[in-house]
Order: sequence, then C-alpha cells, then structure tokens
Amino acid sequence: MKVTRRAFVKGGLAAFTVTYAAPEFLCEVARAQGARTRNLVILYLSGGNDSLSMLVPFNDPFYGSRRQGIAVPTSSVLQVGIDSSRVALGLHPRLVGLHQIFNQGRLALVQRTGYPNQSRSHFQGTDIWATADPGNPAGLGWLGRYLDSLPSPVDALVGWNTTRDLPRVLQADHVPVPAIPSAAGYTFASPNSTNVAEATAERNAATRIASHVPVNQPELAFVYGSTQAALSTIDRVASVGAYTTPVVYPNTSLGQAMRAVAGAMVRGIGTKVFYVTTPGFDTHAQQGVNAGSYVTLMATLNDAITAFYTDVQNQGLLDDTLVLSFSEFGRRIDVNGSAGTDHGAASVMFALGGRVNGGLYGTAPNLQPGTTNPTLENNSADVHFETDFRSVYARVVDNWLGGDSRALLNGDFRNPALTFI
Amino acid sequence: MPYAFDEQIGHLLRRVGFGARPDELETFRKLSFNGMIERVLEYERLPDDVDTHIGQPGYVGNTPSAAGGFQPNTNIGDARQRWLFRMLHTNRPLQEKMTLFWHNHFATAFSKIAALGTVGQVLATRYMAAKPTEDPGRVRGQLEMLRENALGNFKDILYNISTDTAMLYWLDGYLNTAAKPQENFGREIMELFTMGVGNYTEPDVYAAAKVFSGWNLRAAGSGAGLHAEFGYNAGQHDTSAKTFSFAVYPDGRKTIPARSNLDGMQDGRDLIAGLAAHPNTARYLATKLYRFFVSEAGAVSESFVQRVSNAYLRSAGDMKTVMREVLRSSEFWDDRSYFTRYSWPAEYVVKCLKDLGWRGFSVGGSTLTSLSGMGQELYNPPDVAGWDLGKAWFSTGSMLTRMNFASGLTANQRNRLFDDAWDAANHRARPFARTPEALVTYVLERVQTPPMSSTVYTELTGYLRATGEWTASETQLKTKLPGLAHLVTGSAEYQLV
Repeated sequence: MKVTRRAFVKGGLAAFTVTYAAPEFLCEVARAQGARTRNLVILYLSGGNDSLSMLVPFNDPFYGSRRQGIAVPTSSVLQVGIDSSRVALGLHPRLVGLHQIFNQGRLALVQRTGYPNQSRSHFQGTDIWATADPGNPAGLGWLGRYLDSLPSPVDALVGWNTTRDLPRVLQADHVPVPAIPSAAGYTFASPNSTNVAEATAERNAATRIASHVPVNQPELAFVYGSTQAALSTIDRVASVGAYTTPVVYPNTSLGQAMRAVAGAMVRGIGTKVFYVTTPGFDTHAQQGVNAGSYVTLMATLNDAITAFYTDVQNQGLLDDTLVLSFSEFGRRIDVNGSAGTDHGAASVMFALGGRVNGGLYGTAPNLQPGTTNPTLENNSADVHFETDFRSVYARVVDNWLGGDSRALLNGDFRNPALTFI
Repeated sequence: MPYAFDEQIGHLLRRVGFGARPDELETFRKLSFNGMIERVLEYERLPDDVDTHIGQPGYVGNTPSAAGGFQPNTNIGDARQRWLFRMLHTNRPLQEKMTLFWHNHFATAFSKIAALGTVGQVLATRYMAAKPTEDPGRVRGQLEMLRENALGNFKDILYNISTDTAMLYWLDGYLNTAAKPQENFGREIMELFTMGVGNYTEPDVYAAAKVFSGWNLRAAGSGAGLHAEFGYNAGQHDTSAKTFSFAVYPDGRKTIPARSNLDGMQDGRDLIAGLAAHPNTARYLATKLYRFFVSEAGAVSESFVQRVSNAYLRSAGDMKTVMREVLRSSEFWDDRSYFTRYSWPAEYVVKCLKDLGWRGFSVGGSTLTSLSGMGQELYNPPDVAGWDLGKAWFSTGSMLTRMNFASGLTANQRNRLFDDAWDAANHRARPFARTPEALVTYVLERVQTPPMSSTVYTELTGYLRATGEWTASETQLKTKLPGLAHLVTGSAEYQLV
C-alpha cells in the first residue's frame, strides 16, 4: 500500500490518501519471471468437529460401546492404516474423495491437536484457534499478523475471505482483507446505471472520497478502508466471477467458495491467503450413522474439497496449494441422550496439497476410561491433546508461507516430527 | 430548517430507534428533554397499532414471499418484512429497538429449527414470529414474547426464553433427559444470556444441564392450531442435588437441593432467579447496553457500568428502570458519543428509508436480499452469540451491498427525493437546488449523518458538475440528485449512528 500523508487544513482533518499498487501489472511481471504464488486455504469447520467420527479408531474396544447409535461400523470405514501407536484408523465412509487423496499421499491427518486447558466455549475456542493465543484471544488473527508482516506494498487482494464477515483469523492491524462471498455480486451499482457517463462519474467520486482516509477518526477510518478496498478490487474480482471450469462443484456454500478460490488462483490475481468455512459441526443431536447431520457434513466437505483438488490439479496449480483445516474443539467421547455429542477437547486437523507429505501424524486416543489413561481428560470424557495446534501453524508459517513462526506465534512451537509440509 | 436541538433529537432517535422520520422529528421538537425520554420509555401510553397500517397507502410496501398473499405469521420472509415495517413506522421506537437487542442477546436462528424434520418452515415461522391473536393455536412466537417484554423484568424474560418453543429446539433443550443431560442450553444460559464467559466452570455446565433436564416440549392444539409447546417432563428430570461454583440463592447457598421428580421444575426456576440476580449478570448487561446504546468507541465507561448495574440490582432487573438510567446518563448525552456506533444492517436500511423516503418502495424482495448480503437476516443470527457487531459489519462485500442498496433506493425515489427538488408548478428548481453547493449543504442537513469534511463536500459538489455545467434543469436534478443521495447514504460517514 502506498501511503502519502496530506493535511487538510481547511477542514481541520488529517488524512491519508491511499493508493494501492497496480496488481495486474505486478502479477504479470511475477509470472513472466517464473515466480509461483503459494496459496494457503484455511478451512474452518464451524461448531466443533467430532473427529472420532471423521477419523475413526474402529478397532478400539470402547469405540462401539461409548458411541452406541452413532459409531461408524468397522465394515464401512475407509481404512488409512495404523498410526505410530499401532491404532488402526479409517476415514468416515462419506470421505471417498479425501480417501483417494490420502492414498495419493497428499492428505495429512494430525491427530489430537489442541492446547492445555482447552476451552469448551464456541466463541472463546474459535478466538483461541484464530489468534493462536490462548492468553489473549481478543487480539489479531495469526494470519492477519502474517499479512501485517509482509513488506509493503501489500496488494488489496492479498487475502480473500469468502464469508461476509471478516473472521478473526484474518484480522490484521493494517492490511484490510476483502470479504467476497460471491464474485459475481461484487459490483458498484448506480441509480443512473443506464447512463455510462453518469455512472462512471459517480463511481469516480466514490473512489476519490474513499481515498481520503480521516486517520484521526479511527472508527470512521475503518469504514473508509472497507470502501477503499472494495472499490479498488472490483474489476479484478469480476475476472474471477467470469471463471469457467469443466469441473462440477457442488451447489453448497462451501462448494461455491472453493470454486471462487480456484478461480482466483487460476486468474492469478495475487491472493496468498483464502478463508473458507462450512457450518453445522455443533452436532448436539441426531448425528446419525448412514444418514443424519454428520453424514451431511462429511458429504459437503468431501464433495467440495474433492472438486477443488481436481480443478487445481487439472490447472497445474496443485503444487502451489495447501489447504489446512481447523475447528474450535472436538466433541465428547460418549454419545449424549440426543444421539449427538457435546463439546469436547482435542480434535483432528488435516492438510492437503501437492507438496503435502500425506499420512497419519500423532497418535489416536485410547478410549478406555481410567485415571491412568494419558490420552483422555475430564474424567475420561474428552480426548486430551497431544500436538499443540500452534505447532501445526508453525510448520505452515515456516515451511510454506516463508515466515518466522517464532515471531508470529510469540514462542517456539516448532515440532520436528510434524513433517507434513 | 434545523431547530436548536435537532442534533440531540437525531442522536436520541438513532439510538432508541432507527433514525427519524420527518413527522417524528416534528413531534420530538415540541417536547422537553424529560418529555422526550418519557415518551421513549413509557411507550405503552401510545397505542400499539403499527401493524394495522401494513398495506395502507402512504406507508412502505411489502412483497409477499410466496403465493397466497402476505403471511407474516407463517412465512419467515413476510415476518421479516413485518418487523422492518414496524421499525420504520412505529411510534414506539424503543420497543422495536429493545426487541432487536434481545433478539441478538437470545440469538435464535430460524434456519436450524425449520430444518428439523418434525418442524419445517411454517411451524418454525410460527415459533419465531407468530402473533398469538393471529395464530390458530395461539402460538406466541419468540419475537412477540421479546417484544411484549421489551422493557419488562429480566428474570421474566429469562424464564420465558427458557420455556420458549423456538429456544427449546434451537439449543436442544427438548432432548434434555435425566439419563443423558444436554449441555447446550445449560452452557449458553450462563455464558451468553447472563453472567458471561469466565464466570462459570465446566462442572457448572454439567450441573445446569441436569437442572433443565425434563424441560422439554409436548404437542398442543389440534388441526391448523397444532404445535409444540413447553412441558415439564417430570419423569425425565434428574432429581439429584446440583452444586454450582457461584451463589444460586440470596443467602449464598451454591447447591440446589435434591428434589422429587414432581417438584423438580423448581430447580430451573431457582437457577434462573439466581442467574438473573447475580451481580455479574448486571455488569454483563450494562456493558452490552453501553455498546448498543452509547458508544462502540474506546473503552466501556466503568462508572456507567456501575450505575446501570446498580439500577438493575436495585430494581431487581426492571429493564425500564435500567433504560431510564441509560438514557439519563451523561455518557449517553456526551456529544462525543454521537455517531460512535456502527449501524447494524437493519438500522442502516431503515434509516435510509426514513431519510430518503419509502413511498413506492418495498421492504421485501431485493431489500431482504440486500440485508442478507450486508450480513443480517432477521430471525436468523449466525449462531447463539448473535451477530458479530461493530467493525465486523464492514467487510468489503457487505459495504458494497450497503452502497448498492442505497443505489436501488435512490433510483426508486428519484422523483420524490427531498420533497422534489424540482418545483413543477413553477418549472424551476427550488432554491436549495439552484447551486451544487446549496444542494449538497441541504442534503447533508436533511439526512442523519455525522459532519462531513470539506474534502468530501468538495468531491460531492465536484460530482454534481462532473458531466457538465450545473443548470438545475429538471433532467439534471432527476439524474444528479439520486446520484448525490446515493453517494451520501453510501458514504463511510453515513454508516455511523
């Protein structure tokens, strides 16, 4: 971002006049020089993912008894082998595409991720995962801090959030991340839209007004920043809205978001970090086995991610792509009275992409209740964490984003065993 | 012409309502300071007749969301329109504003309830929005309950919400049994509805789930009136004693005693009373009220929180007493509090209508689509914590949607904007429209917006001249005035209330 300071003496207001670097040009230069853009797609499974249903320890003798009515039958899990503690594991039967990606060695599953004294609150838990800071989860997002650390000029489309609201993960101090739920609807309308000269004059006026950011009024300046970022990105986003692909994406919000991400990558508009989310993981009731809320969740996840994987693979962009999932907590081991599960602790994260070293990382919980079982907590009701989620973030920061995880995460969370990327 | 206290009146009506219609402004100009506050608070002295005007000429229109006409008790799109209509046309602005506050506080989403196999869209709309006088089974939707109790006693509201059909579905209370207590409601009643996170423990959550075991649903009514309603299911109540980390009773006892199944419903009444009376609840609400009514800028005033908490505790949770304290506070009236709140999408949309006009416009159809794009579907908050407020409303996508809504509205109101700047009888522009400077000044005075900098003012007059010399012709006015109104209501400044 190019920033020049001007003082508006007449109005008594200090203001920044902001112009963004010309991104198409930068992109083309970068491409001509053979530079690749590495993309990170953060996938938030909202509500607290029941990882014991996603990655099933089907031979654990307590799995069936503690999960009566919701246990995935051994015969239908998609086996992925045994982990280092010799526990046999299988993916949920609806994750057919992810199973294929696993077999291609491009899906890594990191078991029992969490942190000490894990919060069971959706809101506090989400903030902790978003900030990577259990002590101060009201701060900036871990990826927002990454964007802040990039050298100027930072392009206005360096981040792309596919939801309407800016998630805390992407909250940055001085890099506004646009929210683009639909590339097609991302336009500037005018009451005189049939009169090109008038509509253009109006858009020009809006753009000029938004460029005079009143820095001494921070509340107002924030809205100016949103308007400015919107108006400066409309034309490039329109090019993504026109993206066509032979790959059929499911007509779910996640499917359409993944389609937009692929479009943005293919168009090479310069975005490094994408945020996508899919809701409904707060499965307090009727999780189901062959049908039910969890089956629907897995179908939505599988179909969208598989379509995306195929699309970027066809476009030759797989090696530039890393998808990383998280959820605010796992769920209670025992089924509740509503054939669902309540809020728990540790969960599974997964990473997929062309450079991912696929496989099973960490160890599964042993579901046998007992005071001496170190893999459980809360009177053996919940799964205890083994890998601090910040170690997973650290690996991504250091080995994918090219950042410095110790500075970004305020501590050394590097874990040499986490070689998934 | 502006009056001496228009700034104060504008501030009051933006905060306790959704902006100022011209007739509201006239009414409030005639009142004393105390008269204004009492008119706002004692709204029950005014008739609750706003719904009778739906569909009448002179009021904003609606667009039935489905075939068969306007059905706000059974179609959620029409329910949304009815509420927007009330926000715009009510003479009891604080009633609608507090209802919106409670809707966000006890955030319950239509979509989850409607998706339940045994419920569906029609019943879910009834549980959320039906007026008992218009429902064949006398169902009182959650919003109607909140609206009736908007300035009622907090403990009553909490009891009503705990036995509310939509809430029992939303947080799975209908499935809470002795054998398998359901923690969803037990957690949120402490975390989000009363004391706030950090003031309860995980064992408190397990205990609260047991307290509300058996608070389920049962079938009621018949035929078209058939519906589910709260029923205490004694056989499914956990009769053991429940101990909390905080005082449940006024004498400091933390344990709800073991009770028989038949008496077990008292457990929940005790916990509700204990939570409602807890000083942390008073502080939690006072803080939220500060952010909602006073300011989102800077830190929350500790002195305000103490005074409002005290008013809450002294009055045992009487929300009218609490709101009187809020509206009489120096913080509320400090002119540094003006325009320090980020408008919610519903506030923005209704304020645009009050400022620019509503005749010939509909609060259905594309207005509802716009609200969704701005991030606020009424009756459908994203989760139990409600909407992300403040800055979170202002992503690029939602800001564009706001600007594009204003574009649609200004195009729609092209011939009516500001009492028609074109004087058709005399074939000339009215005096305020004869120069770009006069017109911009006039428009900025007419709408509820913070002062604009000279830079913005210059850009706006520049826009009026951008495509040709200013002649104040009819054609030019009817082209440029919508464009100007769009730039103003789509501006960053206008988003603040």
